[in-house]
Amino acid sequence: MTKLRHAALIALTLILMTLLLLLPLGIIFTQAFSRGWGAVVDALTDPEAMDAIRLTLMVAAVSVPLNAVCGTAAAWCIGRFQFPGRSLLTTVIELPFSVSPVISGLVWVLLFGANGWFGSWLDGHGVRIIFALPGLILATVFVTFPFVARALIPLMREQGAAEEEAALTLGATGWQTFFRVTLPNIRWALLYGVLLCNARAMGEFGAVAVVSGHIRGQTLTMPLYVEALFNDYDWVGAFSVAALLSLLALVTLGLRFLLERQMGGSRRDII
Amino acid sequence: MSLELRDVRKQFGRTAALDGLSLSVPRGEFLALLGPSGSGKTTLLRVVAGLEFAESGAIEIDGRSMRDVPARKRGIGLVFQHYALFRHMTVARNVAFGLEVRRRRERPAAAAIRCRVDELLELMGIGELASRYPEQISGGQRQRVALARALAIEPSLLLLDEPFGALDAKVRKNLRIWLRELHNRMGLTSIFVTHDQNEALEMADRVAVLRAGRIEQVETPDRLYAEPINAFVHEFLGESVRLECVVSDGVARFHGLCRVRLPTRCDPGPAIALLRPHEIGLLASPGPARVESVHATGPMARVRVALAGRITEVLLPEGADLPAVGESYGVDLSRARIYSAASSLY
Repeated sequence: MTKLRHAALIALTLILMTLLLLLPLGIIFTQAFSRGWGAVVDALTDPEAMDAIRLTLMVAAVSVPLNAVCGTAAAWCIGRFQFPGRSLLTTVIELPFSVSPVISGLVWVLLFGANGWFGSWLDGHGVRIIFALPGLILATVFVTFPFVARALIPLMREQGAAEEEAALTLGATGWQTFFRVTLPNIRWALLYGVLLCNARAMGEFGAVAVVSGHIRGQTLTMPLYVEALFNDYDWVGAFSVAALLSLLALVTLGLRFLLERQMGGSRRDII
Repeated sequence: MSLELRDVRKQFGRTAALDGLSLSVPRGEFLALLGPSGSGKTTLLRVVAGLEFAESGAIEIDGRSMRDVPARKRGIGLVFQHYALFRHMTVARNVAFGLEVRRRRERPAAAAIRCRVDELLELMGIGELASRYPEQISGGQRQRVALARALAIEPSLLLLDEPFGALDAKVRKNLRIWLRELHNRMGLTSIFVTHDQNEALEMADRVAVLRAGRIEQVETPDRLYAEPINAFVHEFLGESVRLECVVSDGVARFHGLCRVRLPTRCDPGPAIALLRPHEIGLLASPGPARVESVHATGPMARVRVALAGRITEVLLPEGADLPAVGESYGVDLSRARIYSAASSLY
C-alpha cells in the first residue's frame, strides 16, 4: 500500500515537473528553431539583439564582481565578529529577496529620476542614471546582492576565525591571510554565490524594467528585449533570445550541481 | 626569552576576563596555567599572542613592551586548542606557511624552506605525513603538525592552548612526555593552558593557578601541592576532604569532634580545614569516625567514614589493617591545612 502511494506521489511530481518546467523549456527551443537554424542566427546577430546581449554582459560584468566583493565583506563581518546590530544586518542583506523587484527598481527612480530627490541636481550636472546604464547596474546590484553573502555566511560562521588567527600569529599580513587562508576556504561557496548572482543579474526583469525606459539599442537588456520582440509579434526573435537565456540557466544549473557536490565532499585542494 | 605581565586587565562586556593579572615567566621555563573553565586562561594566552587587547596593564617580552606590536610581529608560536590547521593545505604547506609569508628580504629560499619543513616534521616524528591533508591524519598527528607549524617561525615564546584537550587518554600521556622533552631539547620558553591538574603538576616547572581572571598562586608543582595558599587552590589541585571549624586563641576546634584541637596560625573566626584523603589517619582506638564501607582493591584501601555528620573518604596506607564496617575509630587530623573561611569564599 505504501509502495503504491510512493509511486503515485513520484508520478505526480514527475507529471507536474514535466508540465511546469520541461514543457515550457521545450517550447522555448522548438519555437526558436521553428524556422530553422538560419532564423535563430539571424535573430541573434540582429544589431539590436547584439546590443541587448552586450548590455546584459556589461551589467553583469559590473554588478557581479561588485556583489562578490561586497558580499564577501559582509559575510566576513557577520560570520566572524559579534557586534551590535549584527542580526539586523543579516536581515537587511536579505531585504532584496523579500521586496518586489518592481520596488527595487522604483527606489532608484525615486532617488535619481527626473522628479526624484537628486534628479534635478544630477540633471544640472549632466549625469544620467535612470533610463541609462548606471540605473540598470544599480537595480541589478540591489536585486542580486544577497546571493554571495547568503552563500558565505553559514560557512564562515561554521569555520570560525581560528585559521585566520593562526595565520596572523605566524606572521601573515591581513591581505596574505585573506588570500592564502580565508579565500581558499570559502572559494567553492563563493563561486556558488557568484554563479547564482550572475544568473539572476543576466535574467533580472522587474527591477531593470522600471529603470530602463525601454530605449531600443540603448537600455534593453536581454530579458527586456525578449519582451519587446514578443510585443512586436516577432516570435522567432523573442524565442531565440529566450533560448539563449535558457541556455545560460541550464549551464548555471549544471555548474551548480557540480559545485554542490564539490562543497558536500572534501574541501581540500583539487589543484 | 622572558615574559612579564603587570596588572593586565581585560573586560568582556561586564565580566572581567583578566582582573589585574601579574605574572613573570623567566627564560626557558615551562609554565602551566591551571584553572577552571572561564578563569581567563585562554584569554591570557590570546592577550599575550596579540589576538586580544588588554584594556590596561603592561606586557613585556625581554623587557620590550608589546603594547603597539601586532600579533604578526610578536614572533610568538601559538598552538590552538583545535589546532586550526589550514584545511586546504598539505601538512608541509601548513608548516611552511610562517616562512612563506615573510617579506622577500627575510624569506628563506624555497629549497631552504623545504629543508626546514622536512627537518621539523622529522623532529615531530611525522616525516611521512608531509603530503597529507589535515583531515586525513589523526588528532595526535594534527597536534604535532600544529606544533611544527608554530615552531617553524622560531618563536621566542611558545603558547599552547589545552594542547591535549582533544586527544584520548593514551595518546595524551605519550605526548606529554614527548612535549616536555621537546621543550628541553629546543631550549624553548613555553606556557601551556590546561584544566587538568595532573597534567599541570606532571609537566610544568611552575604552575600558575587562575581563578576569575586572577592568579591565586604560582609555584613549583611539589610546593604547590604541599602548600596551597588557600582553600580554592587546595581543592582545585586534587581530592580534598573539607571540615568546618572555628579558630580561637590559635587553636582550631571542630564542631562534633570535641576532642580534636589543632594549633594554627590562621586568623580567629570560622575556618575550613582541608586534607587529602591519604592525610587522614584512622586510629586503632575508638572515636568519632564510623566506618560505612571499605574498598580494598588497588594498593590503597578506600574507606568511607561518617565524620562530624558527613561522609568522608579516607585512603589508608599500603599494608594497613582494614577497619571493620560499622565500628567507630579515632581520627588523626593533624595534617590538616586550615584556612580562614572569609578568604575561602567562592
